[in-house]
Amino acid sequence: MRTGGSEQNRQHTQQARLWIGFALLFVALCGFAFWNIAAGSTTVSLSEVFDGLLHPESPHRVIVMDVRMVRIIPAILLGGALALSGFLLQTFFNNPIAGPFILGISSGAKLVLSVTMIGFLSRGIAVGSVTLIVASFVGAMLSMGFVLAISYKVRRMSMLIICGVMIGYICSAITEFVIRFADDSNIVKLHDWAMGSFASIKWDNVIVIAAVVLPALVCTFLLSKPIGAYQLGETYAQNMGVNIRLFRIALILLSGVLSACVTAFAGPISFVGVAVPHLMRRLFKTAKPIIMIPACFLGGAVFCLFCDLIARTAFAPNELSISSVTAVFGAPIVILVMLRRQKEGGR
Amino acid sequence: MNQTYYIYTEQMTVGYDGKPLIENIGIGVRRGEILTLIGPNGSGKSTILKSMIKQLRLIAGTVVLDGRDMAVLRERDVAKKLAIVMTERIRGELMTCWDIAATGRYPYTGRLGILSKEDRAIVDAAIETVHASDFADRPFSAISDGQRQRILLARAIAQQPEIIVLDEPTSFLDVKHKLELLDILKTMVRKNNVAVIASLHELDLAEKISDRVVCVAHNRIDRCDTPENIFSDAYISALYGIENGSFNALFGSLELSAVSGAPQVFVIGGGGSGIPTYRALQRAGVPFAAGILPESDLDYPVAKALSAELLSVPAFSKIDEATEERALERIRSIGRVIRTVPVFGETNAANERLFDAAKTAGILTDADAIVKGAES
Repeated sequence: MRTGGSEQNRQHTQQARLWIGFALLFVALCGFAFWNIAAGSTTVSLSEVFDGLLHPESPHRVIVMDVRMVRIIPAILLGGALALSGFLLQTFFNNPIAGPFILGISSGAKLVLSVTMIGFLSRGIAVGSVTLIVASFVGAMLSMGFVLAISYKVRRMSMLIICGVMIGYICSAITEFVIRFADDSNIVKLHDWAMGSFASIKWDNVIVIAAVVLPALVCTFLLSKPIGAYQLGETYAQNMGVNIRLFRIALILLSGVLSACVTAFAGPISFVGVAVPHLMRRLFKTAKPIIMIPACFLGGAVFCLFCDLIARTAFAPNELSISSVTAVFGAPIVILVMLRRQKEGGR
Repeated sequence: MNQTYYIYTEQMTVGYDGKPLIENIGIGVRRGEILTLIGPNGSGKSTILKSMIKQLRLIAGTVVLDGRDMAVLRERDVAKKLAIVMTERIRGELMTCWDIAATGRYPYTGRLGILSKEDRAIVDAAIETVHASDFADRPFSAISDGQRQRILLARAIAQQPEIIVLDEPTSFLDVKHKLELLDILKTMVRKNNVAVIASLHELDLAEKISDRVVCVAHNRIDRCDTPENIFSDAYISALYGIENGSFNALFGSLELSAVSGAPQVFVIGGGGSGIPTYRALQRAGVPFAAGILPESDLDYPVAKALSAELLSVPAFSKIDEATEERALERIRSIGRVIRTVPVFGETNAANERLFDAAKTAGILTDADAIVKGAES
């Protein structure tokens, strides 16, 4: 039978693409991770890297674990979280250039976070990881609320993005004001964070990050079936048996938690959420969530490791903000996506 | 009465944003039956369908599916019984036609939605049913609207429903595929005892496939009856508010309105031969007289719709002398005659005499000459 035959062929090529794609991502992840450990103000050789990783007594332990690894692991987790959050938002808004940064969600999180931090620090109270995440989540949800309200009013994709960018600017401007009023001693730290960086993350933060991001990843993966249905549009998704209301709430909460967690520890990081899902779609030639969810997570991790490597080493000893590096590589991809849309006669 | 209906509405009021559009709707369909919704644009056919499939919130009343209130049925349970083919565009990014059809299996697959061998066979069979095997591997975004429509039908078939709801399923299809789609629906109804509710714009098709027809117009269900009772010239014209033409229920065809004014030519037609000429004259804007036609003649309905003046006799009767006399008089006063009927038979001697008279008078012409004359 013709259908059966060609369908089988197609399945085989798809299967092969799957293996190759994931192998590629995995190799890139390990490669960039080692490179990240090795490169920096003190160069560490490959054998010294293994030595430092495996033996607690090693002389390289401190630099490998407490200087480099403590930065690499959050880069992996948060990079993955960002890409995943972007993928969820793109699905939700049916808009290929939606993402936590572009829609102003990261900036909203940043605003509430700075207010909270300044409030705590000026009273001399240390800010814990959980407080950071909660404040960030509140901010993310506030921005999301605005974006949602707008999305009910305007149906055009480009308008939604423009409104998101505007919300982002407003939040950033207010954040700047707030930081100006903070104590001098806190300004530098806040300012660094507000530009986006993996530099100030400690080991105990890493545990909290893992405890938030990994369960969110699992939840998202378990939602891959309804996400796939939702890609056909609300009408059909409902007819397939998806409870649209619950599903939409779940999607909003998950993407909010993921992007809030990133902003809480690394500040707003731009364009990862848009660029990575798009690259993964091109790599795997599919939009199936069951593939896209792990792929986006891995891809986001690789992308952030790569960008952090550049941020640290390009102008050493001066460090770039991670966001400026992700923008350099991410923004052109967004432009490409829009040009392609235009060519295909999309909206 | 409601026991036998597979799906029915009870005092259902539908509308948008809490504003009622159509109130108190009570329609239903049994398994093995096709119910079609007809009516003018904007009358609310789609609104009714969307409300019945829970896409729109009901303003009042209930929809009962297989004996249970839809409002309390779980989505997943509904999905195993009811499939839809709606007009809403779907993107299907990076999905092949096969992938789209396979989404019909959603209610039957597990947590992660992985298709079993059996699921795949069902999808293949559904694609075979709509004759879409040729393009099953192509990207959904790269095929024509008509092909998309067929894939969406395959999707609905793969869902193995007990009822299919279709909103204007034939809109993008060419003649062949229109017939094919309706044929597939008929087969499903007969073989699998499926119930079908569809809104249709093509009255001729609605007339042919429906077991019952719901007429939606003027913010209400105007009528709900068998096609035999619905499709009369007068009722359909009134339902759609047809003013610039007429509807012929027997043929399910539409005719434009007649060109009014003093006839410029007399057409001797009969047996279907006159129809192309009537249409040509109508297009050119030339008012004409037609005759002499028995009401049983194939030309009669079109002549009646398009001619400025029609000379006819009752069905299956001979042309009487008075009518012949009147026709001759009209031919003389109009002064131009077209003959379309190729041979005059035994019972058509009167028309032959009219033709002979015109020939003797030298006033015979043809449609081309008249049309050209009208253009210049």
